[in-house]
Amino acid sequence: MPRTPVEETCGAAAGLEAEHTPEGLSRRDFLTTLGLAAAGILAGCSPEAREAFLRKHFRELSPAEVETRLANLHADYAKRFGEDVSISAAPAREGVVYGYALDLSRCIGCRRCVYACVKENNQSRDPQIQWIRVLEMEKTKGIDFETANPYYNPERVPDPDHFYVPVACQQCRTPQCTEVCPVGATWQEPDGIVVIDYDWCIGCRYCMAACPYGARHFNWGEPHLPQAEFNPNLHVLGNRPRSRGVVEKCTFCIQRVRAGRYPACVEICPVGARKFGNLIDPESEISRILREKRVFVLKSELKTEPKFYYFYGI
Amino acid sequence: MGPLQFATTSARFVLRGGKAYWIWIALLMALIVWGVLAYIEQVQVGLIVTNMRDQVSWAFYIGNFTFLVGVAAAAVVLVIPAYIYHWGPIKEVAILGEILAISAIVMCILFVMVDIGRPDRGWHLIPFVGHMNFPSSVLAWDVLVLNLYLVLNLVIVTHLLYRGMQGRPYNQSLVVPLVLFSIPAAVGIHTVTAFLYAGLPGRPYWNASILAPRFLCSAFCSGPAVMVVLFQILQRTTNIAIKDAAIRKIAELMAYAMFLNLFLLGAEIFKEYYSATEHLIHVQYLFTGVHGHHALVPYAWAFVGCGITAFLLFLFPATRRNVVTLNLGCLLIYASVYIEKGMGLIIPAFTPDTLGEIYVYTPTLHELRIGAAIFSIGFLVFTVLCKIAIPILTGEFAAARTTAVPGKTQQWPAEAARAATH
Repeated sequence: MPRTPVEETCGAAAGLEAEHTPEGLSRRDFLTTLGLAAAGILAGCSPEAREAFLRKHFRELSPAEVETRLANLHADYAKRFGEDVSISAAPAREGVVYGYALDLSRCIGCRRCVYACVKENNQSRDPQIQWIRVLEMEKTKGIDFETANPYYNPERVPDPDHFYVPVACQQCRTPQCTEVCPVGATWQEPDGIVVIDYDWCIGCRYCMAACPYGARHFNWGEPHLPQAEFNPNLHVLGNRPRSRGVVEKCTFCIQRVRAGRYPACVEICPVGARKFGNLIDPESEISRILREKRVFVLKSELKTEPKFYYFYGI
Repeated sequence: MGPLQFATTSARFVLRGGKAYWIWIALLMALIVWGVLAYIEQVQVGLIVTNMRDQVSWAFYIGNFTFLVGVAAAAVVLVIPAYIYHWGPIKEVAILGEILAISAIVMCILFVMVDIGRPDRGWHLIPFVGHMNFPSSVLAWDVLVLNLYLVLNLVIVTHLLYRGMQGRPYNQSLVVPLVLFSIPAAVGIHTVTAFLYAGLPGRPYWNASILAPRFLCSAFCSGPAVMVVLFQILQRTTNIAIKDAAIRKIAELMAYAMFLNLFLLGAEIFKEYYSATEHLIHVQYLFTGVHGHHALVPYAWAFVGCGITAFLLFLFPATRRNVVTLNLGCLLIYASVYIEKGMGLIIPAFTPDTLGEIYVYTPTLHELRIGAAIFSIGFLVFTVLCKIAIPILTGEFAAARTTAVPGKTQQWPAEAARAATH
């Protein structure tokens, strides 16, 4: 099996020992080490490569190991993008399930959300990755994907004959993407956000075949992110820079919302079409919209049960 | 004879061959090197060297994988009558079907490996060592059944060859249960692979209960087609005792499979075109093109045309028995299933994508080179295993053993060989 060049975490020098000491040598570690020693891969590797290769699934890390991982990531990003980096592994907050609502009668198709998202979430600029896709739809056809156009480019928006449907991850309650992942590298957090462990994803892209909303994006080439455009406020399961060969997706800006802020797309929207909040809190704006407006979800027949709702506010 | 001698004797067989044999090996090696160079670049630069993108996120590699699962599964066509019913003509060559299955599974695993973005993390799939999402993910099931099927066939083939080389009969209590188990396992690998696609509600082109039966029918066309051609080559180039009756029986089984294959395709086409829902567009992209995009249309009509012609050639006993039309039919049905699985199964499911965008995919030279290398590795595995198996089956080895000079002296009749292997 060919070894790819070590990815972003090369800076972690203490890696292997630090991650494995807390519980001593478990059976799993033993088997892992045995198998690899037999393959003769590890002998010639640097400690960084070894650490990257043997890294555990995020959800199997002990709190101490999470701290080590964060320190390693911090060191790496500081080296690549400058010292001003903060990276968090903040867990879901108690009693919170996030929901989103988008007012189709307000959206003007300006795509500011698309670019705010790219800026906030450190997507690759080249090759270009965007998590939000705004579809231009014909007014006479209603919501019809077959005739939708994602590459609309008129002089001015909104075009009088069209309306706009922005689509990103629908944060399904019964996500098909997490179910199909062969290695459990993607899952739904207690606050309802579907996340990916970029260190565990093998890049098989079965989740992309399963997602009915085109919400998952793959790093086909080496992602390029100019230092000047780097957002240093990171979450380990969210907007930290990704490596080549892994899948990524919208996380409702997990690095923001778990710190009590709005997602970047909600903040940037010039017409207030985007609404966000805690579905469990009856006083939240999202709960009020669900109560007072008539909402729908995309492809409801698939029973994905999205927490991303659309409505016509006026 | 110990395992070491088994290995060295096998190696001696492999290293023995005429000019044509070495040209064949050199050709395969050249294609492998050419493809490995492309793969190294893919590992260094990323899957961006392919034409796959977010819209069409699986394509040529996964299509080939699916086709080869079918070839591997079809070994069962030969194994069922050979072992269960002790049915004469096929029995002596069933082992070659198992060797074909091994080669095909090796290719399957390689096609999956070259498709994944992080091959260095392949170990995440290993149960207990990594973190296999079992039983939820059908892909996890597929990894399990494919590896199980590979091990199963390796054990059977190795045992038969080892005992054959020793001149001892094979161990009934080991081989019979394993062979019996390999039959549901063969059906299993293709069913699980079909469920991999059919289980996705977001891809209406795949989300059909007819998919698994279609997979099995097409497998029972393409796998035996390889065997029929191969048996004729072996009839002419070796002393292996393959009777014409065996070939005719396989051809007859293929005719039934071809009919079912076409029937199920027709059933699906009727349902799509007559109901004409929003799901029709994927079938239209394949057969007629949509919105001016016709990339798959030639492939579609090629596989339909090849499939119908091959069926007609196999339907009539006269053309089924004629050497020329028989082989033409094999070639056509192989091409038909290869095009149907390779280009017609994966790509239309992604075109248009889930949000209606049409991204026109055609494979890059990198993909073709890597694909050619994997096929060459498969052919190499097959050649090497046949090179070991054939002298044992023909009795050439038994003869060599008595005179202690492998590969020379007189050849025993096939009857003695059969007595030795069974």
